[in-house]
Amino acid sequence: MAQGCNGLNIKKSGNKNMNDKVIYVHNLVKKFGSFVANDNLNFEVYGGEIFGFLGANGAGKTTTIRILSGLSSPTSGEVLVAGFDAYKQPEMIKKNIGYMCQKFSLYEDLTVKENIMLYGGIYGMKLALIKKRVHELLERLNFQEYENRIISDLPLGLRQKLAFSVAVLHEPKIVFLDEPTGGVDPITRRQFWEMIYETASRGITVFVTTHYMDEAEYCDRISIMSEGKIVALDTPSALKKENEAETVEEVFIKIARPARN
Amino acid sequence: MVPVIESNGVYKSFGKTRALNDISFTVNESEIFGFIGPDGAGKTTLFRIITTLLIPDNGEIKVLGMNSISGFKELRKNIGYMPGRFSLYQDLSVEENLNFYATVFGTTVKENYDLISDIYSHIEPFKKRLAGKLSGGMKQKLALSCALIHKPKILVLDEPTTGVDAVSRLEFWIMLEKLKKHNITIIVSTPYMDEAMRCNRVALIQSGKILAIDRPDKIKEGFTRKLFKVKATDKFKLITSLRKYPETNTAWLFGDSVHLTLKEDKIDDSLSIFLRNEGITNPVVEEAGAGIEDRFLELMEKGAKV
Amino acid sequence: MNRFLGFVKKEFLHIFRDYRTLIILFGIPIAQILIFGFAVSTDIKNAGVAFLDLSKDEITQKLSDKIISSGFFKKTDNLLHYSDIDLIFKNGKTKAVIVFEENFGSNLMKDGKASVSIIADGSEPNVATLVTNYTMAIIIDFNRELNGPAGNNSLLIQPEVKMFYNPELKSHFMFVPGVITLILILICALMTSVTITREKEFGTMEVLLVSPLKPVQIILGKVTPYFLLSFINVILILVMSWLVFGLPVKGSITLLLLECMLYILMSLSLGILISTVSKTMQQAIFISFIGLMLPTILLSGFIFPIENMPKIYDYVSMILPPRYFITIIKSIMIKGTGILFVWKGTLILLLMTILFIAISVRKFKIRLE
Repeated sequence: MAQGCNGLNIKKSGNKNMNDKVIYVHNLVKKFGSFVANDNLNFEVYGGEIFGFLGANGAGKTTTIRILSGLSSPTSGEVLVAGFDAYKQPEMIKKNIGYMCQKFSLYEDLTVKENIMLYGGIYGMKLALIKKRVHELLERLNFQEYENRIISDLPLGLRQKLAFSVAVLHEPKIVFLDEPTGGVDPITRRQFWEMIYETASRGITVFVTTHYMDEAEYCDRISIMSEGKIVALDTPSALKKENEAETVEEVFIKIARPARN
Repeated sequence: MVPVIESNGVYKSFGKTRALNDISFTVNESEIFGFIGPDGAGKTTLFRIITTLLIPDNGEIKVLGMNSISGFKELRKNIGYMPGRFSLYQDLSVEENLNFYATVFGTTVKENYDLISDIYSHIEPFKKRLAGKLSGGMKQKLALSCALIHKPKILVLDEPTTGVDAVSRLEFWIMLEKLKKHNITIIVSTPYMDEAMRCNRVALIQSGKILAIDRPDKIKEGFTRKLFKVKATDKFKLITSLRKYPETNTAWLFGDSVHLTLKEDKIDDSLSIFLRNEGITNPVVEEAGAGIEDRFLELMEKGAKV
Repeated sequence: MNRFLGFVKKEFLHIFRDYRTLIILFGIPIAQILIFGFAVSTDIKNAGVAFLDLSKDEITQKLSDKIISSGFFKKTDNLLHYSDIDLIFKNGKTKAVIVFEENFGSNLMKDGKASVSIIADGSEPNVATLVTNYTMAIIIDFNRELNGPAGNNSLLIQPEVKMFYNPELKSHFMFVPGVITLILILICALMTSVTITREKEFGTMEVLLVSPLKPVQIILGKVTPYFLLSFINVILILVMSWLVFGLPVKGSITLLLLECMLYILMSLSLGILISTVSKTMQQAIFISFIGLMLPTILLSGFIFPIENMPKIYDYVSMILPPRYFITIIKSIMIKGTGILFVWKGTLILLLMTILFIAISVRKFKIRLE
C-alpha cells in the first residue's frame, strides 16, 4: 500500500471496491401521474467510487437523487442504498448517507462551530465524538480562526467546503452532492474536488451532479441522463473513445438532447 | 469611434464590503464583451451600474456617451437587460411575457420579429405554456427574446448560462454570435471559463478587481511560465505526489490531467523518477499551451498574494 | 435525545438572533395587554345625552341635573321638537335623548305617575344598552328619593325605552359595517403591498425599472385592477348583508358606494406605501395584515366606542382611517345621513389617500437602493 499525503492509506487499485455495491438500481421507474420522470433505470455504484450523474435540466436527475436519498419512493423497480431497501427502509437510508445541495447547506445565522455541533447531534453522534471531529475538521480546512464566525459572513467558497465537511461528518457510506460547486471561483472548485478525492479515498462513495463538464472528468464513472433514461454509463475515457470525442463536453453534446419541456 | 461603454475608476461598496474596486474598461460597438469571474466578483453590481440601477460611489460610467446617472431616462430606452434570475413572469405564458415587454417598451412583437426569430423559433411551439413550466434552457431563450424585443443598442446579460446544461449553453452562444450582424453590442457575465473564448474581448474579474482585459487569445498568451500536463490513472495520488515534488510551483486538477508549473520552468527526468517512486504507474508528461483558465488561476494566485 | 436537544438549541439560537422574532414574542403581548386593558371598556364615560323637555318644571330640571351630574354623561343639547331627535343623532355626538312629557311635574303630583322616554341611538347597540341601563338606574334612584325614606310608593316615574334606527337592537347593525371596514382595508392593503414586493422578490422589478415605464404608471397600473375588482366586491358584500342580515341602506346608495370607493382607494394606496418599506412579501404581509388588524378592530370604534377610552387612544385613533370610515358607513346605512354630516370624515379620508399616494411616488425607488 502506497502512502499518500498525511499518511493516508490509498488503495492501490484505485478506490473502487467492486464487491461493495453501495447503490443498486434495477428497472427503476418513477411516474408523476402519467409523466414518466425515470424510465427504467439500471445502474450500480461501488464503495469508494466517485460517480458523476450528468444530464440536462428536466432530464430526471433530481427525481432519482430524491429516491436514492430516501426522500421519495420509486413507482416500481428495485432500489437498494447502503444495503437498505428504498421502499421499506427510507429512514435507515437517511441515517447512512450525507447530503449537500446547492440551495441550502448551513444555517446562515449560526456560527461555524454551532452548525457542526448541530449536524453532529442530528446525525446521532455522541458528544465526545462530535467535539473531536469539530477539532479535526477545523484543522483540516484551516478554519480555526472562523470557528465562531456566523456563516453569512463567510465567502461562498468557504461555505461550500464547510458544508461538504459537515455532510460527511458522521462518515456515512455515501454522500450525495447536488451541484456543489456552482458559482464558486476556479481555485476553490479545485480544492473542493481535492476534498472529494480525499473523502473517496477513505472509502466514502461520492455521488455528484454537476454542470461543469471538466468536473465530470474527475469522476471514476459517469452517467448521462436524457428524458428520463440513462443514455450513457462508463468511465470518462471509455465514453470519449466510444464517441470519438476529446472532452466529456463533446460526448454530452453528442448524446444528450435538451429536455423537451 | 466612441466607445459604447466607458468606465473610469468605478468604486462601489455595500456597507463594509467593497464590491467594486477601481474598475476601468471600454467596450466598443458590436463587440461581445465578457466578464468572467466567480460569484461575489462584482459582476452583477457592475452590470446594475451600467443599466442605471445603481449609482457608483466613485468614478463614472458612460454608456452611449451619456453619464449613467444623469442620462438614465434615455439610456433605459436603449438597453436590453437580462438579469440573473431571468425575471420572467412565471404565471404568464411565453406569448404574454413577450407581448408585455414589447408593449412596455413601446413596440410590438411584429415590429422587431426578425431580430428574435432565430431564438424565438425554438420556443414558439410552446407559446401558450406558462413561463414557470419551461425548462432552464427555454426560459433562457424567452428571457433573451424579451430583452431584445425593442431592438436595444446594448444587450446586458447577467449570467445567462448559469445552471443551464451544456447543450443549451452552446445553443445560446450560437444565438449571441448571430446577433452581431444587427450591430448590437453585447456584454455578458459568466462563471464558465470556456465561454470566455467565444467573446471578442474579456475581462477577468475577482473580488471586485479586474485582473486582466484583452482578447481571449492574448490573455492566454500572457501566461508567464511553461505549462505541463501530467496524466496518470490515479488522479488523486498524482496530485498529492506532485505537490510533494520539490520543483513544483503549482499543480491543479484540470479535467483528465493535472496542470503543472515548475519553479525553474524546465523539466527533467527527476520528475518521472519521483512519480514512479511514489507508486504512480505510467505517468505521461507533456508540455502544453496554457488555456485561459490557467491564466486566470495564475492571476488569482498573484492577486491573493498582494 | 441528543439529536432532539441539539435541534432545540438551534431553534433557540435562531430566535434570539432575529430581533423581529423577539418583537413578536414579547413586544406584541405587552402591547396587547396595554391596549386591551384600557381600550376595552364596558363602562361609559361622558356619553352625550340631549334633553327634550316638553315640561320644563322643577322636577324635570332636578332629574336632568341628576343625570348629568352622575359623571357618566355630558349634556349635548336641549331640544325643542321631536323632529330634532333625528338630526341630533345624525350629528353623532348624542347617544340618547331623554324626553319628558308635557306637564311632567304636575302629572306626577296629580296622578302619581308621569312618563319619561329614553330614546337611544340604536346604531351602536352595545352603547345604547349601556346608556339606557344607566339612565334607568338613575331615574329609579331619583324616584326612590322622591318618595322619601318612608318607602311610600305614591309617586311613580315610568321610564320607557325606545331605540332609534335599530328598533330590535340587532347587534349585526354594529358588526356588519365594522366587518366591512375591517375586511376592505386588510384585503386592499394586503393585495397591493404584496403584488409590488413580489416583483422585487422575483427579480422582475429590475427589468421594469430599466424600462420606459414611469413609477407612477407602475403604481397606478398595480392599483387599477384591484380598484375595479373591489368595487364588485363591495356591491356583493352590501347585497349579502341586506339579504342575509336584513341590513338595509337607509341613506343614499350612491353616496355609500362613493364613500366605499374612496375608502378602497385609500386602502390600496396604503398598501403601496407599505410596499415601499418592505423588502420581501413576508414583511409586506406582516405589516399589512397583522399591523393593521388589531388597531382597526380595537381602536377604530368598531366594537368598543372610542369615547369610553382614555383620551390618548382617541388621539391615536385619529390617524386610523377606519375610524372615520366606520362612522361614515354607519351614518349612511343605519341613520340615513347625507353628505352634510359625513363631509368631514370624507375629506379626511381623501386627504389621507392623496398623502399616501404622494409619499409612495416619492419613495418609489427608481434604482435598486
